[in-house]
Amino acid sequence: MVAILAGAFAACGGDDGDDTAPAPGSPTASPTRGLTGEITVFAASSLTEAFKESGSAFEKAHPGTKVTFSFASSSSLATQINEGAPADVFASADTAQMKVVSDKGNALESSIFVKNTPVVVVPKGNTTVVTFADLAKPGVKLVLAGKEVPIGKYARDIFAKASGAGGVSSDFSDRALANLKSEEANVRAVLTKVQLGEADAGIVYKTDIGAASNDVKVVDIPTQYNVNAEYPIAVVKASKNAALATAFVAFIRSADGAAILDKYGFLKP
Amino acid sequence: MRTDRATAATITLLAAVFAVYFLLPFIGLIDRALDDGRTWDLAHSEQTRKALWLSIWTSTLTVALAIAFGTPVAYLLSRARFPGKPVVDALIDLPIVLPPTVAGVALLTAFGRRGLLGKPIEEWTGETFAFTTVAVIMAQLLVATPFYVRAARSGFDSVDRRLESVAYTLGASRTKTFFRIVLPQMRPAILAGIVLCWARSMGELGATLIFAGNFEGKTQTMPLAIIQAFETSSVGLAGAIALSLVLLAIATVLLVLFRVVTSRGAFQA
Repeated sequence: MVAILAGAFAACGGDDGDDTAPAPGSPTASPTRGLTGEITVFAASSLTEAFKESGSAFEKAHPGTKVTFSFASSSSLATQINEGAPADVFASADTAQMKVVSDKGNALESSIFVKNTPVVVVPKGNTTVVTFADLAKPGVKLVLAGKEVPIGKYARDIFAKASGAGGVSSDFSDRALANLKSEEANVRAVLTKVQLGEADAGIVYKTDIGAASNDVKVVDIPTQYNVNAEYPIAVVKASKNAALATAFVAFIRSADGAAILDKYGFLKP
Repeated sequence: MRTDRATAATITLLAAVFAVYFLLPFIGLIDRALDDGRTWDLAHSEQTRKALWLSIWTSTLTVALAIAFGTPVAYLLSRARFPGKPVVDALIDLPIVLPPTVAGVALLTAFGRRGLLGKPIEEWTGETFAFTTVAVIMAQLLVATPFYVRAARSGFDSVDRRLESVAYTLGASRTKTFFRIVLPQMRPAILAGIVLCWARSMGELGATLIFAGNFEGKTQTMPLAIIQAFETSSVGLAGAIALSLVLLAIATVLLVLFRVVTSRGAFQA
């Protein structure tokens, strides 16, 4: 199914001027025919720009369909879906939040579609934090996302990993978390606090930097401490347009979908 | 006769629809809270206690500051004639009509680390406002004081000037006249202003989130704790419901108290 759809989108997407249908008799023509209606995709904040473009590409490939998005922290979205919010697709920034939804029987089978890399960001011109180890220096104003927000959880996992790995002190995690000044609602709110210069450092995804690159500087997290952020995607069980939701998930996982995500810096799973 | 009856029926029906719409969310909240065995534990967790205490004391301090600085402003707006008075009058209402998020952004531009005053203050003292309880109070002060000033001003407007003249004629000083003649007449208006200002401070979210951040015990007031509870998908809506219930109880007590106090005031007047 995925491979077939991938073929179909390879024919339609990419070139803006190419709106011609697949050649008659092509095996790729049938599965995409008859897709209509509207779906709402609940997606992690970090996917905002990439998914907006994916949505436009999908709509273009399937005239008469409409994809709307709701971007927020995966944990807020998980709460909403479990409360019966009208989502058709859920794309989470970590497997834990997908599990929150699937454990309640509210998501169909999920699969990892991209990976991402957490990084430290600091305001340009602010030299309080130059290396990863500086995060534990007294007086640093550190901002993270909340404990269950994926990037907030990844950040705490990274601190714990660093503390146990040597190279930094064994109480690194405690000292870094003692610098924590605010727990933000999602990854973009963390980035904003750093962009404004209010925080000396924050932890976001590498893909979030994009438009903020004029205001912030990236401090890489040493690979041995870093974690892989894995993004699962699934059709929501209560979807009223499962066919379209399934097609959207397939598109995201297709070569064309991957090309868009790759453009925004997401890594292959 | 018949049309009168039809009119009465229409009015009753419209009011009934509104009443149902108005009450249902609160009934839903209480229903879910009673249904969920975790409500009690969540409602008096350490985090809730800290958030509630922070909300109560910051809001009370905000009201005290509003009285101290807002009463003179209300007095001048009511009694003095000065150039540009209509402009000042309109500006006072600005935070009432603007979304609090605008107040938050505006506070950053003035008192943020790169703000008009925030920057020199950090250079002189090394202190910043963001992520401190001071910032919470500043946010509340900006959005809530206008409610007090409005009420106090209408209080000054409603004072019977003849009684003041009589007091002066009888040889009372200006100060004595203010405290013995003017203030007692203003009591209902002042009380209304205090309640509105306090309630608005208790409910402040947008400006606080943007300007002060969110950290337990320091800047996490009750509305911010509700947002964070909502993100805590492992607990689900139960946490947000428990916190909302606490605020609902406080609001109810406050409204009843307010009714009792103002009606007693009315009897005395």
